[in-house]
Amino acid sequence: MNAFREPVARLSSETRRIFLIWLVLTAIAVPLVVLVLGPHLPPGRMSAEAAAQTDANVLLTALCTPIVLLLAVQFGYSLIAFRARPDDLTDGPPVHGHGPTQVVWLVVTSAVVLALAVWGSYTLIVSGHGAGGGQGPNPDALPKNAAEALQVQVIGQQWNWTFRFPAYKGIETAQLELPAGTDVELHVTSLDVAHSFWAYQLGVKADAIPGVDNVAFVHPRKLGNFTIRCAELCGLWHGHMYQTGRVVSSADFKRWLTAQQQAEAGNLKYLPPYSRDYFPEPLRRAG
Amino acid sequence: MRSGSTKLVAVLVAVAFSAALIAYYIAGYLSVRPAETTSWSGKRVSLTLQTVASLGIGPHPDWVSYLVKDSSGHWQHSTVLNVPANSLVHVTVLQYDTATGLRNPYWGGPRGIVGLMKVDGKPTPTLDPDLASHTFAIPDLGVSVPLKGVADDAKNQCSVAPCTLAQAHTTISFTFRTGKAGTYRWQCFVPCAAGFILGFGGPMQSVGYMDGYLHVVA
Repeated sequence: MNAFREPVARLSSETRRIFLIWLVLTAIAVPLVVLVLGPHLPPGRMSAEAAAQTDANVLLTALCTPIVLLLAVQFGYSLIAFRARPDDLTDGPPVHGHGPTQVVWLVVTSAVVLALAVWGSYTLIVSGHGAGGGQGPNPDALPKNAAEALQVQVIGQQWNWTFRFPAYKGIETAQLELPAGTDVELHVTSLDVAHSFWAYQLGVKADAIPGVDNVAFVHPRKLGNFTIRCAELCGLWHGHMYQTGRVVSSADFKRWLTAQQQAEAGNLKYLPPYSRDYFPEPLRRAG
Repeated sequence: MRSGSTKLVAVLVAVAFSAALIAYYIAGYLSVRPAETTSWSGKRVSLTLQTVASLGIGPHPDWVSYLVKDSSGHWQHSTVLNVPANSLVHVTVLQYDTATGLRNPYWGGPRGIVGLMKVDGKPTPTLDPDLASHTFAIPDLGVSVPLKGVADDAKNQCSVAPCTLAQAHTTISFTFRTGKAGTYRWQCFVPCAAGFILGFGGPMQSVGYMDGYLHVVA
């Protein structure tokens, strides 16, 4: 009997030591994660949606940090303290369930998951009006001034994105510029296969499906460039379906659109009337 | 004892190295930004291509394809093109295929070129998208030029490459500017792959037919 008591007592003191190391490291690491790493976590703060996603990433990383540290400390400590000595042939102490530990584990993990569910639902529905994701043809999570949002149709095709502006005579461009400080209503669709519109720094990602109008909202805040990629494997040049968009001031946006209207004037008569989906007519164009 | 410590150090080094590799990969992925500026040194080169409805050779003789004229004036089946960096590239396309029409009429307007494109010698600011047979597009350089198709009822149409000037064709010429050295893809935006779903399979998905690389060499 005594042969077991000593290792169990030792284990208990080791557990306290591990807990103490973990506590100190957590107290140091969590503030570092929030204050130092947090501002660099993706996708940044170029839009309201991106900012909400960055906040969620900071929260998740901060919550994960103690868990990762617990595993790392346990792993490292065990490697050093519990490794078998060359001349030690005895068994380790028997392992039994520990009721209070199990209860604490279940309560803490359930609380963390439920809190994240509440946070995520709030971000998705209220603060980020859809969190930059595609909401289908009839979106539920609308920004306050949805009726005044700038409408932009995003058209995926093998292998480029083009953009139509229905409020500006339906002109189409191969570049995307958006005004800062304005709600933008993106109507994402495709005219061949499934694509996915991913404007990384804006925090927008919406599937582009032929014949479907997938609506996503974004509220750009900061001026600068953003990367547009296709996030759905779509054929030979999927990896090249990569463009750069810009968030500009309202005045620059109007200047850009005026220049585009002038440049595209000759081609405008050939574009079909604007519609919320974009399927080729006549059918001959379908190959 | 020494062996145990060595193993311990090795495991810790391996874990640290793996973590550093993952962090390096993530940081590299997140920090990629497209280039935005180029310069021009004033070199000029010419490129002559032909598009054919059926290649007539190889594993897919009935696929639509491009040929390029080499320095000795012979037609070669290739879609890998080499041009100098920071130069003007004058392209002449002898277009022997009939029109399919653009799925997205937007591509009927030539873009990213210097001056106007010429169709059979006439300066043409834009093309009726229904008349397009193919497009020669280098999206990363902003270049896209619609290639007018031969009329469906044209006489003496070319059935198999290489086609000759005596056969029905349209001639499209344009000039574009290259920037820094690199490899760029080029492609067609017309769903011209007859017999494939929505016209976008087979040759439209294959380098050597309706897709290729433009090597811009320093």
